[in-house]
Amino acid sequence: MTYVALGVAAWLFVIGAYGMVTSKHLVHLCICLIVVQTSTYVLLSAIGFRAGATAPVFYDISLSTPAVDSVVQALMLTDIVVEATVAALLLALIVQIDKRTGTVDPNKIDLMKG
Amino acid sequence: MKYPLRLGLFLVGAIGLAILYGLAIARMPGEHESLYGRLINQLSQPQQHIRDAVTAVNFDYRGFDTLGEEFILFISVTGAIVLLRETYEKKKEEQMDAITPGRAVSQTDAVRTWTLALTGPTVVFGVYIVIHGQLTPGGGFQGGVVLATAPLLIYLGESFEVFKRVTSTPLIEITEAIGAGGYAIIGIIGWLAGSWFLQNVFPLGDQNNPSVFTGGTVPAINLATGIEVTAGFTLLLSAFLQQTLADRGDS
Repeated sequence: MTYVALGVAAWLFVIGAYGMVTSKHLVHLCICLIVVQTSTYVLLSAIGFRAGATAPVFYDISLSTPAVDSVVQALMLTDIVVEATVAALLLALIVQIDKRTGTVDPNKIDLMKG
Repeated sequence: MKYPLRLGLFLVGAIGLAILYGLAIARMPGEHESLYGRLINQLSQPQQHIRDAVTAVNFDYRGFDTLGEEFILFISVTGAIVLLRETYEKKKEEQMDAITPGRAVSQTDAVRTWTLALTGPTVVFGVYIVIHGQLTPGGGFQGGVVLATAPLLIYLGESFEVFKRVTSTPLIEITEAIGAGGYAIIGIIGWLAGSWFLQNVFPLGDQNNPSVFTGGTVPAINLATGIEVTAGFTLLLSAFLQQTLADRGDS
């Protein structure tokens, strides 16, 4: 189970990076970056995973119930927040690039042009 | 960079990643419970009366890190708005007024009814997620994002004009600052009480009958975070919508 999750994390990372390399649209590139970042959620969840354990929420279960690692889950939450902010900033930058260069194709943008 | 060169670099990197990742996985200790994770799972309820261990990590044991996380959000919202503002403030005010009510297609009654009917439940659900962070999965970040969809529903059901009236920018900006500052102030209260920064100094409440008030500073911090996230995402939505509608007015 853990190995499957680790494989999925690697696959998400590589497929997202491939999308970024071959991207022809900046918004597409931004989404691909989000896919790359998604791989870290899977990786973190896989590290904290224990077979047969529940979520670390002891609302209606006793403290002795085996639960998965809460620390990596908290890290993952931080990761999601950072991803959202990165996406917002990148999209704002893309709007600006479109205004200034008139194109959103990363192969055609000439940022050095005044 | 030329396209074939980029693809070549990617292939080299991907092969390198595959080798190193494979080696790393092969040497992993396998499934095991980390000591820190187990301590937090076992201690968050008896010590801080928090049922959700993830919330205990985020807002109590590692509360200082989450303060940084909240300011990452705050700064990037500010950055995105600064980037967008430059373009839309170039247009004259009356020009903005002329284009904002405009909409290519007006909504059908079904869309209007359902989006507006959903707005109330969305707000209630968002507040529920924010205030139950210490009991069930949820908290300020998650609830704040749910709450920020309420103005978006208003935009979908009505128009940008109504959206602007609901989310007046100076008010939302002040609210965002209050949310971000509130977290830091709760931290300073720990100092004033003669303890450490962000130490949980509020009364913890009844351990065996948890409510929305148990957990000391955690519900308060969740509320501040919820306010900050709601206001931040509403500002982002507002800035992007204004930008899009201004562009539509151009063409």
